[in-house]
Amino acid sequence: MPELKSRLLQALIAIFGVLTIVFFIMRLSGDPTLLLVPDGATAEQIAALRHVLGFDRPLLVQYGAYLLDLARLDLGQSLVQHAPVAGIVAERIPYTMALAGGALLVALGVGLPAGLAMAVWRGTWLERALAGFVLAGQSLPTFWSGLLMILFFGVYLGWLPTSGSDDLASLVMPSVALGAITMSSFARMTRIAVLDELSRDYVAAGRARGLSYGAVILRHVLRNAAIPVVTIAALEVGNLLAGAVIVETVFAWPGIGQLAIQSIASRDFLVVQTIVLFVSMVYISMNLLADLAYGVIDPRIRRDR
Amino acid sequence: MRRISLGTALIFAGLLAFIVAAIGADVFASNDPLRQSLLLRLRPPGTATATAYFPLGTDDLGRDLLARILYGARASLMVAALSVSVSLLVGVTLGLMAGWFGGWVSIVAMRAVDTMLSIPAILLAVLTVAVLGPGFFNLVLVLGLTRWPRYTRVAYAQTLQVAALPYVRAAEMAGCGPGRILLRHVLPNIAGPLMVVATSEFGLMILFEASLSFLGLGIQPPYPSWGSIMSAGRQYVVRAWWLTAFPGACLFGVVLCVNLFGDWLRDRVDPRSQGR
Amino acid sequence: MIALSVRDLSLAIGRTNIVDAISFDVAPGEVLALVGESGCGKSVTAQAIMRLLPAAIRQTGGEITLGATSLSNLPARAMRDLRGRQIAMIFQEPQSALDPLATVGNQIAEALRQPLAKVRAEVRQMLVEVGISDPDRRIDQHPFELSGGMCQRVMIAIALIARPAVLIADEPTTALDVTIQAQILALLRRLAAERQTAVVLITHDMGVVADIADRVAVMYAGRVAETGPTAAVFATPAHPYTALLLASIPRLSDVPKSALAVIDGQVPQPADYGAGCRFAGRCPRADRRCVAETPALRPVADGRLVACFHPVGG
Repeated sequence: MPELKSRLLQALIAIFGVLTIVFFIMRLSGDPTLLLVPDGATAEQIAALRHVLGFDRPLLVQYGAYLLDLARLDLGQSLVQHAPVAGIVAERIPYTMALAGGALLVALGVGLPAGLAMAVWRGTWLERALAGFVLAGQSLPTFWSGLLMILFFGVYLGWLPTSGSDDLASLVMPSVALGAITMSSFARMTRIAVLDELSRDYVAAGRARGLSYGAVILRHVLRNAAIPVVTIAALEVGNLLAGAVIVETVFAWPGIGQLAIQSIASRDFLVVQTIVLFVSMVYISMNLLADLAYGVIDPRIRRDR
Repeated sequence: MRRISLGTALIFAGLLAFIVAAIGADVFASNDPLRQSLLLRLRPPGTATATAYFPLGTDDLGRDLLARILYGARASLMVAALSVSVSLLVGVTLGLMAGWFGGWVSIVAMRAVDTMLSIPAILLAVLTVAVLGPGFFNLVLVLGLTRWPRYTRVAYAQTLQVAALPYVRAAEMAGCGPGRILLRHVLPNIAGPLMVVATSEFGLMILFEASLSFLGLGIQPPYPSWGSIMSAGRQYVVRAWWLTAFPGACLFGVVLCVNLFGDWLRDRVDPRSQGR
Repeated sequence: MIALSVRDLSLAIGRTNIVDAISFDVAPGEVLALVGESGCGKSVTAQAIMRLLPAAIRQTGGEITLGATSLSNLPARAMRDLRGRQIAMIFQEPQSALDPLATVGNQIAEALRQPLAKVRAEVRQMLVEVGISDPDRRIDQHPFELSGGMCQRVMIAIALIARPAVLIADEPTTALDVTIQAQILALLRRLAAERQTAVVLITHDMGVVADIADRVAVMYAGRVAETGPTAAVFATPAHPYTALLLASIPRLSDVPKSALAVIDGQVPQPADYGAGCRFAGRCPRADRRCVAETPALRPVADGRLVACFHPVGG
């Protein structure tokens, strides 16, 4: 239990820290009012708005009000769209979740087997080929691979829609583009974890009691190797949501990433702030979830709690 | 002298080509990267006119793509080098202090690291650049001031180890102040792991610069960046493939070389990690 | 009758011989100790018998026979079927030889190739036989909840539940406390006798040999130096190496008299093995012939074989 408590406390500190950082970033330019007014507002309108939003109060008072509002889950009104920010962001979240889910599927579906194969067939041509593949995935700029895929599969072969969100087919290319880097880190991590486990005595012991090499891997190695991989899997979900900013722009996918960039262009900064806060909260909760998942996989930790 | 494999030689050659191209952009480019010519819009690679030759073609405003890519390399190198320097300075200072003084200094520093790492990096950069306004200086500032936590983590962990070594204790007892001990005795001993992190961050910063410029939040037109060239070329991806293919290939190649260099460096710094 | 027979087994890493034409037999119910310093080739011999050699090591010659089956040319699939059923093995560090995430019961059941639910009674009975108290609770516990000695008992249960003809025990007590060591050895001794299991015990500890082994084969630098009934070998060692090895064991009676005997020099590396006897460089009785020629194993008194031109007392 003390372990879990300290994890929760850490998460709370991180949430508080994120809120604070975002608060100060929003005030980096000196006058946050300017970030929130639509283009073409007059000086009087700006001054009036500054007073309405409370930006003429002392910084600490503003900070307190900001935390209070967030605690009440009041994320503010968009002055551009004249609607609550929470609603604007919320209606885009399912799209990003679908994209991140697709990317995670690609990353897990390719990365885990690739990493496992690299460890099991260590030193063979297969490992070298996969290592090249993984390295390429890690170094590919998502917007470039996205454009290349649009050009090849969308324009040249005409197999997949090049943009939009009409059906599952339009989710394929964005998922691959977004999942490539994550796939690489899964593959690398899985390889190291499996190599670590393969060198342990229980592998030899399993074979000595008559299990085949494949059965030892399936029944014993994979579960042990999963422990370190689960951590990064959780962390990668946060990175996937953030990477959506670029991929959604390339593929015109109507998720929160595209919304963030559109909102910067239309100077709707409360929306951008909300998106950053949302993604960070997801990231922190995934981290916490990973800690809890340990307990399910690893009986040693389960008992400690 | 250890023999260097062909692969390693290729990595070095690639990095060297990038740096030379960036520094000598004005020497290698035969055309002005900013000069527009509406008559020469979207010409394919190999186009020659009476007065000029465009080996990689021209962009949507008739500018020489080769020249823009060379100057783009310069932007990329400068942003990456400067922002890595800034974050290295900030991160290592914090890490050294946290590791040396411990106590509340380390608690505050390491909580700050956790917090910074809780905001996905690209989003943090997007938000900050958007608030401050785009441009070269702000880009370096933002990347430099948001990317320090990884250095702090490594510097902190390494300092804890090194600070416990007898010769550091001896220097302390001989009356050396903390500043002198950290700079003269601790820093040289933890430089290896820090360089490994810096290399991986360098590749990441090149990608970040290109990504932010692609989103219109980085280097501003008319100045070229690989990201902004591709962003403009996006609309012409069918008619003028070279606008996305060439800068993208350069970006991919450079980041690949940096990542491979990072792996090579890590194997040298920490032989136990060999092949990992 | 012979349960396991090893004839002229040779193993090599690349072109370097690390085990050189060693031979021994074990009868049902008998404990044979394979004793020697680390690096003498005893552990790879065990791996070769199990046909679980690391990729870098090859068997370059010899024949291993289990009952009537020659293992050397057996297809991999058939060999796998024999492991756990006909020939089993226990390891030096029981806690790392068990999967930390699988329960004790599940790992024992694997040796029967059955899901635990089907063979639960049998597994429980086996836990009782290896002396684990409270088997109904232990069966569903994980290795981290058990002590090192209990883990080794579990390893023995895994190894013996399918009633194999041969058990290879590779330093089974080295990682355990001294008091636990004696219990585990007694357990092995008893189960081997009850079940008529032939045991090949690999150890560097002459004390363990004296405790449990019926016969002993002393290995030095990849060869068998001397083999015979334990009592006879201990009473009158014939090979100078055996003699020095026994002299280096501290005895209470010796303490006031003399400093502890040590063998000067070092075991040669496999790459440096010469033409003659490999102990010649450290042997007080060595002459020119020992350096030039390899002594073959030949019989001396009490049913013993020794590979020496100038055996002690001979």
